[in-house]
Parts: sequence; C-alpha cells; structure tokens
Amino acid sequence: MENKIEVRNFNFYYGDFQALIDLNVPIRANQITALIGPSGCGKSTFLRGLNRMNDTIRSARAEGEVLLDGKNIYDPDVDVVDLRQRVGMVFQRPNPFPQSIYNNVAFGPRVLGMNKTNDLDQIVTESLQGAALWDEVKDRLDQPALELNPGQQQRMCIARTIAVRPEVILMDEPCSALDPVATLHVEDLMRRLSEKYTIVIVTHNMQQAARASDWTGFFWLGRLVEFNETTELFTNPHESLTESYITGRQG
Amino acid sequence: MSTFDEAPVSWQEPQKDAPPARRNWSELIIETLIRLAGISAVVIITLIFLFLLKEGAPAFMQVPITNLLSTRWYPIEDMFGLIPLLVGSLLVTIGAVAIAVPLGLTTAVYLGEFAPPWQREILKPVIEVLAAIPSIVLGFLGWVALAPLIQGAGAPTGLTAFTGAIILAYMSLPTIISITEDALYAVPREYRDGALALGATQWQTIWRVTLPAARSGIVIAVMLGVGRAIGETMAVMLVTGNAANIPQFGLGAFFQPVRTMTATIAAEMGEVAQGSVHYSVLFAIGIVLFLITFLVNSLATRFIGGSARRRGGQI
Ligand SMILES: Nc1ncnc2c1ncn2[C@@H]1O[C@H](COP(=O)(O)OP(=O)(O)OP(=O)(O)O)[C@@H](O)[C@H]1O
Ligand SMILES: [Mg+2]
Repeated sequence: MENKIEVRNFNFYYGDFQALIDLNVPIRANQITALIGPSGCGKSTFLRGLNRMNDTIRSARAEGEVLLDGKNIYDPDVDVVDLRQRVGMVFQRPNPFPQSIYNNVAFGPRVLGMNKTNDLDQIVTESLQGAALWDEVKDRLDQPALELNPGQQQRMCIARTIAVRPEVILMDEPCSALDPVATLHVEDLMRRLSEKYTIVIVTHNMQQAARASDWTGFFWLGRLVEFNETTELFTNPHESLTESYITGRQG
Repeated sequence: MSTFDEAPVSWQEPQKDAPPARRNWSELIIETLIRLAGISAVVIITLIFLFLLKEGAPAFMQVPITNLLSTRWYPIEDMFGLIPLLVGSLLVTIGAVAIAVPLGLTTAVYLGEFAPPWQREILKPVIEVLAAIPSIVLGFLGWVALAPLIQGAGAPTGLTAFTGAIILAYMSLPTIISITEDALYAVPREYRDGALALGATQWQTIWRVTLPAARSGIVIAVMLGVGRAIGETMAVMLVTGNAANIPQFGLGAFFQPVRTMTATIAAEMGEVAQGSVHYSVLFAIGIVLFLITFLVNSLATRFIGGSARRRGGQI
C-alpha cells in the first residue's frame, strides 16, 4: 500500500521543551488515519507539523523528515504556501471567517488567483455538495457564515478546505464542539472524502477512532507507542500501555 | 477575580439585614442618578447647539446669502464669504487624513503582525509619548522646522495647507495607531490560522481576513484620530499662513496659505463687538462646524452598524 506521507525520525521542540520524540509514522494514501492519546501528548503538534502550521510559533523548531510524495516538506526550497494548499487543515473549533458563506468557501480559490464568477460559483457549489451542506445553505449563500449552527459551520470549514483541492486533509478534533448528530454527519462525510483525499484525524473519542478510521496511532508523552490497522489496534493491542489506555477510556 | 467571587455574598447581606423597602430606595436613587447623568449629557449638547443658534442665527438674517456664499472674507468691509474658510478647513483636513490614515494603518499592521516582540516593546511607548506632546508644541515645530523645509522645496511660502495637514496628521497618528493595533489584536487567532491553512500568504491573510475582521475598530480609530484633527485650532493657525483666500485649483492648492474655520473664530473673536454682524457670523461658522462634525459622526456610526449586521452581529 502506498504512503502519501512518510514521517521519519521526527523531533519537535518548543524552545527547550521537546514535544515530539523520534517519530516514524506512515500515512497511507486515501485512507483515514486516526491519532489518539491523552491530553498534551503532542497530537496537535504532530498534525500541525504535517503542513508546517507550527512555523507561525516563534520558538518552535523541527528536526527530521516529513516526506510528502517522497519530498521532504522541511527542505529549504519548499514553499509553505504551496504546501498548505496541498495539505489542508480543519480546526477543533469551527472557524468561519466573519464573511458570507459564499466568500468563506471561495476564499481559497480566490487566494489562488481564481476570480471568474462562473468558475467560483461552480467550485463553491461542488465543495458545499462535497461537504454535504449544499441542500441546507443553497438559498442563503450570501448570509453570514457565523449564523450557521456549529455542525454546519464545521462542514462549511470542510467545504472551504476542499475548495482548494488539497491532497491531504488534517483534522484536529473536528467534532469536539459538535453534538452527536452533527458528529455522525461529519464522520459520514470523512468516509466519503477518503475516496479522494488522504485524511489524518486527531480525536479524543475512542469510539470515533474505532468506527471512522482505517489506521490508528497511539501517542504517549511525545512518542508513538503503537501504530496499526484500527481493528487490530483496538481488538489486539500489542503494547500494554495501549491496552490500558483504550480499555480505560472505553470502560 | 476576587471581586467576582465575593459579589454574591455582598448582594445577599443587605437583603438579610435591611428591609426590602430600603433596598428599593437605594436602587431608586442610583437609577435616578444614572438617568440624570445620561439626560444631562443630552441636555447640555442641546443647550450648546441652541446657544450657537441664538448667537449665529442673526447672521443668516442680516447678511444676504449671496454674501455668505461669496469667495471673499473681509469683515471690515462687511464681506463674509465663508467659502474660503470652508475650503481651507477641507484642504487641511483632507490632507491630514490622506497622510495619517495610510501611515497609521500600515504602522499598526507592522506593529501588530510583523514586528518581533523587542521592536514592539520599543515602538509602542514611543508612539504613546507622541500622543502626549501638546499640540501647540507640534505647531511650533511645524513653524520653525517644517515650514522652512517646504519653502525650500519650492513653495512660495512655508506656511501652507500642506504644512497644517502634516502637523494634524502627526497629531492624530498615535490615536489611529494604538486603537487600530488594539482592533487587530482582538481578531481571533483562529481566523489567521484558518486563512494560512488554506494556503494564503501572510499578506493575503492580513488584507482579506484580519483587516476586514477589525474593520469597525479601525473606523473608530480613524474617527477619533481625525476628530482630534478637525477640532484643532492653534497649531493650525500657526502653520497654515492664515490667508483667507481660495487657493487655485489642483494639487498646488495644498501648497498655498489657507485659513481654517476654527482659526478664523479663534483669531477674530477677541476683536469683535458683541452683537455685531461680524460677531454673529463667527457663531454661524461654529454652526457650520457643528453640522459637519455631526454629519461625519453619523456616517461613521452607520458604517459601523451596517458592517456589524452583515457579519452576523459580531463586532
Ligand atoms: N505554542 C506552544 N508553546 C510551548 N509549548 C507548547 C505549545 N503548544 C503546545 N505545547 C506543549 O506541547 C505539548 C503537546 O501539546 P499538543 O497541543 O500537541 O498536545 P495534544 O496532544 O494536542 O493535547 P490535547 O489533546 O489537549 O489537544 C504539551 O505539553 C503542550 O504544553
Ligand atoms: Mg490538541
């Protein structure tokens, strides 16, 4: 099976504090990879390392390699702006811009220089359809995105992300601010999106990892303790640490 | 924090000790005081305007409107053309806004979005000190330092609308910069992250997300800054040359002496006989100033209100 992303000997520091220690993680193409682990173990740091969102933090420093289609994204000749178009991100709290729904979804394409109304209309429609939101908002595209409910806002943020046609979508606890119905909506959506995109999702919810992902990585204090196919990891964990964590969280 | 924690206790105590009637009394007194304070503000503003009207209205009856709208201000010969003063004020204010707004906004953006912490720590206090310079000192600086420069650059005199505009711009800059920077600071980090994660450059993020999100704060910053400039009198009087002429059209207009409405009132009020025509014309100028300020303020309020509604009530 093909690896879309290959993380090799990856270390990450906030100043003197080492948040990630010698990580080696394969991310399979067109599959959903879930990252689980206790609070503060470095899941978000790892995720933000995959599209270099950590670059915005002054004291932060990365070592090692993150190969995207075989090319290290930390190489000096890599354009971060380009990289973030290929590796999109959905955040924990829905973060629509204080603008209309249409302008939110059209933001990425516009930034890329697309400005023909026809093309934009089409890409906004397709993206909202792709995020299973089109039917709910098609009559009010010019209204403020902040008027949507949280579940709709999060799906709109997913639409906004797929509007730039990324190859990988990173999601950092995308459902933690959502109610159970909206959560199931987003999980369905992830399943359909994984046909076209490679997805990495951070979650605190064991059931969600078990039901919605193909691969699962278990993080503990900045290290990757175990990485395996989801069914294997949950039914037959090889490490005792993994076992006690998943049984503790489920029971 | 601690005051919040203690608050419920102190609310309950009067209920226990005092009969409800007394509590209602104190409540009533406080409410009345607050209401009086609110009403008095409105009353005072109304009184000021009525006073202006009473003193200024005779001007509109005694001086023919054609005279008021003429282009010559020469009170000794009963020529009360307000146009040159209006043009003078407009030139200086427009010039000041044209200098202060771009300069102030870019400085605030630099401070808020680009500058490393050590530069912010130096620049912010320096800008605040700039705000503390008395305006007359700036005017004096304009007179001794700036005017010769402008004359040296080829203007017929150094005391011009442009000189006044620069001084006013520097007077309003600290306000514009610090309030804009506060507005930028208040924009949630999530917006910036969201834009960057979509592949926007830092500049696109600022231009398309951060600045629009901070728009209402920026409008307030500009209003307060410009407000300071419009009302300013003495410094402007020092450096604009005080000639009540209409400058020739075109960009050159900025490099000729002008006289503003405020400077006219300040310069001539001491010399007029109370109740004379000249006296009431000066008050009429005050009415015009009042109306202009009122208009600008209402436009700004509408602009802020409108944009807040478009963004779903979030300011
Ligand atoms: N900007 C930062 N500066 C310094 N330390 C940080 C920063 N962000 C995170 N850390 C530290 O790095 C470690 C990993 O944080 P991270 O946010 O990646 O954990 P997480 O697994 O996502 O936790 P959670 O489940 O609570 O989201 C924590 O110890 C945290 O305190
Ligand atoms: Mg996290």
